[in-house]
Amino acid sequence: MTYKNFTLDVDADGIAHIVWDMAGKSMNVIDITVMDDLDAIVDRVAEDEAITGAVIASGKPTFSGGADLTMLEGLLREFHGQRSKDPEGAAKLLFDGSRRLTLIFRKLETCGKPFVAAINGTCMGGATELALACHARVAAEGDAVKMALPEIKVGLFPGAGGTQRVMRMAEAQPGLQFLLQGRTLSADKAKAMKLVDEIAPAKKLVATAVRMLKDGVDPVKPWDKKGFKLPNGPIYSPAGFQFWPAANAIYRRETHDNYPGARGILQSVYEGLQLPMDQALTVESRYFAHVLQSPEAAAMIRSLFVSMQELNKGARRPEDIKPNKIRKIGILGAGFMGAGIAYVTAKAGIDVVLIDRDQEAADKGKAHSDQLVSKAVQRGRATAEDKEQLLARITPTADYDLLADCDLVIEAVFEDREIKRVVTEKAEAVLKPRAIYASNTSTLPISSLAEASKRPKNFIGIHFFSPVDKMMLVEVIMGKKTGDKALAMALDYIKAIKKTPIVVNDSRGFYTSRVVMTYIREGLMMLADGVPAAMIENCGRMAGMPVGPLSLGDEVALDLAWKIVSATRKDLGVKYVEGPLDNILEEMVVKRERFGRKNGKGFYDYDGRDKSLWPGIPEVTGKPKPASAFSVEELKQRFLVMQALETARIFEEKCLTDVREADVGSILGFGFAPFTGGTISYIDGMGTAAFTELCRKFTKKWGPRFKPNKLLRDMAKTDERFYTRFAPEKNAEEQKAA
Amino acid sequence: MADALIFDHVRTPRGRGKKDGSLHEVPAVRLAAGVLEEIRDRNTLDTAQVDDVVLGCVDPIGEAGGDVARAAVFAAGYDQSVPGIQINRFCASGLDAVNFGAAQVMSGQHDLVVAGGVESMSRIGIGASGGAWPVDPQVALPSYFMPQGVSADLIATKYGFTRDDVDAYAAESQRRAAHAWDQGYFSRSVTPVKDINGLTILDRDEHMRPETDMQSLASLNASFEMMGAMGGFDAVAIQAHPELEKLRHVHHAGNSSGIVDGASAILIGNRRAGRKAGLTPRARIKAFANIGSEPALMLTGPVDVTEKLLASAKMSLSDIDLFEINEAFASVVLRYRQAFDLDADIVNVNGGAIALGHPLGATGAMILGTVLDELERRDLNTALVTLCIGAGMGTATIIERV
Repeated sequence: MTYKNFTLDVDADGIAHIVWDMAGKSMNVIDITVMDDLDAIVDRVAEDEAITGAVIASGKPTFSGGADLTMLEGLLREFHGQRSKDPEGAAKLLFDGSRRLTLIFRKLETCGKPFVAAINGTCMGGATELALACHARVAAEGDAVKMALPEIKVGLFPGAGGTQRVMRMAEAQPGLQFLLQGRTLSADKAKAMKLVDEIAPAKKLVATAVRMLKDGVDPVKPWDKKGFKLPNGPIYSPAGFQFWPAANAIYRRETHDNYPGARGILQSVYEGLQLPMDQALTVESRYFAHVLQSPEAAAMIRSLFVSMQELNKGARRPEDIKPNKIRKIGILGAGFMGAGIAYVTAKAGIDVVLIDRDQEAADKGKAHSDQLVSKAVQRGRATAEDKEQLLARITPTADYDLLADCDLVIEAVFEDREIKRVVTEKAEAVLKPRAIYASNTSTLPISSLAEASKRPKNFIGIHFFSPVDKMMLVEVIMGKKTGDKALAMALDYIKAIKKTPIVVNDSRGFYTSRVVMTYIREGLMMLADGVPAAMIENCGRMAGMPVGPLSLGDEVALDLAWKIVSATRKDLGVKYVEGPLDNILEEMVVKRERFGRKNGKGFYDYDGRDKSLWPGIPEVTGKPKPASAFSVEELKQRFLVMQALETARIFEEKCLTDVREADVGSILGFGFAPFTGGTISYIDGMGTAAFTELCRKFTKKWGPRFKPNKLLRDMAKTDERFYTRFAPEKNAEEQKAA
Repeated sequence: MADALIFDHVRTPRGRGKKDGSLHEVPAVRLAAGVLEEIRDRNTLDTAQVDDVVLGCVDPIGEAGGDVARAAVFAAGYDQSVPGIQINRFCASGLDAVNFGAAQVMSGQHDLVVAGGVESMSRIGIGASGGAWPVDPQVALPSYFMPQGVSADLIATKYGFTRDDVDAYAAESQRRAAHAWDQGYFSRSVTPVKDINGLTILDRDEHMRPETDMQSLASLNASFEMMGAMGGFDAVAIQAHPELEKLRHVHHAGNSSGIVDGASAILIGNRRAGRKAGLTPRARIKAFANIGSEPALMLTGPVDVTEKLLASAKMSLSDIDLFEINEAFASVVLRYRQAFDLDADIVNVNGGAIALGHPLGATGAMILGTVLDELERRDLNTALVTLCIGAGMGTATIIERV
């Protein structure tokens, strides 16, 4: 018998060598055909008397990327279609459909013959669950193996036995953390956690698996034998009562109970550990099917899996321009941002010319890379050789002539038009004609900066986030005259450094900065409303934001916020409506010189790593009202609604054109409540009609800044969704037509 | 509706709830049997007349498991016709047992009932009976589970009680309890625990530290700080009460209730049964109530249940002469006094569980007896007894002398 995705050869010793190697794919994934194959393979191994045991290996450089999530999307569509007519039938369909892998893995586990997984590289999600279902695992030595159950990151959880097997193999605390955080393990860490049995050189991986089989691998799992004991004992034991109350509390601390996937893990583990394996798997499947139906999972799969992949692949790249091979880039300004950009670029194997006023400043910028890569070496994430190569790629200098052969130059100097003009001219004087010039400005409109350029077609914005090595988003800004070649170069570069791009049109604050400022502003408005400061901060986090708005204001710097407000006020002149926000900022910045984190005092007092809210806030804002005067739910909503509304406005202004970019950008750029799927998914999730209604309610209650824009009012009439009106496929076709 | 009358009340002294505590050698069943025997003997009661024995017990497991009340009936040598039932509403179990017995009498179904409670914390251990509340996510999450000490600290933080406030309260509880013992205020109800030969094992509450003052309390470290931070419970508290930036941990062993062993029993019946047995009624159980309260604060249920009870009994605060609220933690009493603006002179006048200890399932009936003795001593009429309860509940009972 042959299989579509696997080969199976039985050697002279009766060992079945199963090699997973899907045609036409760079990485193995679990789809329906793989499930069919695995199902048949397990039967064959079990029934064929000549076979004594089996090794599962990959024919690719990696083991497998895990399950194809689009498979689940199809299942969900079927479920939703049937649900109104036959709710229980639909529930059954989803339950059965989503646990097929569970049953195949369980059949493998109990087939009576030992399977050994030979893990040669990346092994994600369902593939890790396959490995755990096997009777032993050997992983390749070195850093090739990356083992994880990352389902939690897209709002799901490991639903093919992962929650049950991990918690029966690993210690409770690292096991639960592994499940809840979706963290990636190296081969060594996986072995330390007892998720892998042996480590062998890559070349001897299969031989080791065969040796293990010959030495004897028990085909009956410990938990299928009488007298099995959980690594940390039963839940209803003193140890269990040490562990579980804290596990529940820490879950709440980390998630604010916003993530059904994480809650599903907790509940599956709690209930499953009290049951024999078959029933435990049934319970896990029940919760998995339940989480699968949640709006959070749907939104997260769409934004953080599907859309992010599409954007990473270059969904917005002009197709007719051939890919750029980027060999060398120039970076103007070796400050914190410039130095960070140099690091990620050199890490991607691209040469960097790092320029600053003088050699000393440029050297200091390079030292940043030294620090980062040295830390990586220390932690075993990079080798001494990697470090040497990376640092050799960065040339710190004050000499602009070295830019002559750069494909791309990124300017990251101080946010000052005059300085930016000077460096633009100096760079263009030596750049080759086809080179692209990008500014990393976060506030100044690109079109106006491009006025300093002789070739505005080649002038573009590439806005990095801080810290550059950690933040995965890059915002590309199209100036009025920016050409397609510049866009293609920017996207090719971002792909090379393995970050996620969004492309927006020029305006003040672009997309991310503009929206995140509304979050800070809403926090200040709440202060003016008399909401206690701690309540503002906590509600911000409980709404799903990574930090409270006042804390963020302190990080951004209040004097900067005051400058922006003052500038807007000057620009608008008599049309500017002064509000309580101006008074608070003016009082904080002008009268009390509380600028934020940078001078150790803002809305918080800073003491080294510790910070606490400044007790003088009521002196500035007036005495707060009692907490009972406010609804926590409404405060949380105000934060999310305000940001989503601003996003809708940016859409109407056509600064944003792609719903995927709005959503992915909001999550990766400023941490907008990931469980919502992003700013636009937040609106769609509620429905434009309900969202607009909520905006109107807030307008009456909290002020005109909540007034819904025209686009929203139009869409609300038919409750039209953004993902319908601005469907990504439709968008692409329109662009092609245009 | 029949009146539920209180004829008598006895309790054991409270033994330190550790292995070196005097009552550690005494099985829980024997503790309970002891108070049943005493209430029978000093009232020359024909136990065949008793319709039920209702005992509160919070960790009814091991020797206190099954039905400890029926077990105690045998151990005490009551007539075999006397049934027994064990009930559990955590810390209010002893008071709920009284209310349960009173309800049987008031409804006319039973004539004479013994109600009380028992807890051998030294032998069985607090929390030994387990339960889903702290561990099962579907319960722990919606109930904002946290250890009670963290909730007590949350109450202190939310309602503005400082470390000095709670310590001062604790020192005063010790002073009042010592004074009450010295003056013999407890002598009518406390019955010594004796061995099989009549030798006294314990005749005085042994958890008390009358020498306690602000200085000695100040030397104690807050007990729940580490747990709050490392166990994630501070975050749970703050998510339930987001107007708070940080939790102020102020409670420690010296201003929290003591872990002790003990048992209590109250003889309740209707007028006819009392006459038949030749008993003189001392008080009437006028009204009682139960409530579920905000679970993160957990221990503010006495405030809510007092409001509910006063409304249902059509009474006001001024009708109550003495208040007895279990001193689970100092902040619980301080919040109760603050909520109703009560004069400290009429609340827990003879100290409470901070000084005397809190034998979980027995406490409710003990403090009801204590305040009844005090009403008589002061010749006052009405008292309200209440306890805070795990998972956010409150039980309260109003008694008035007859």
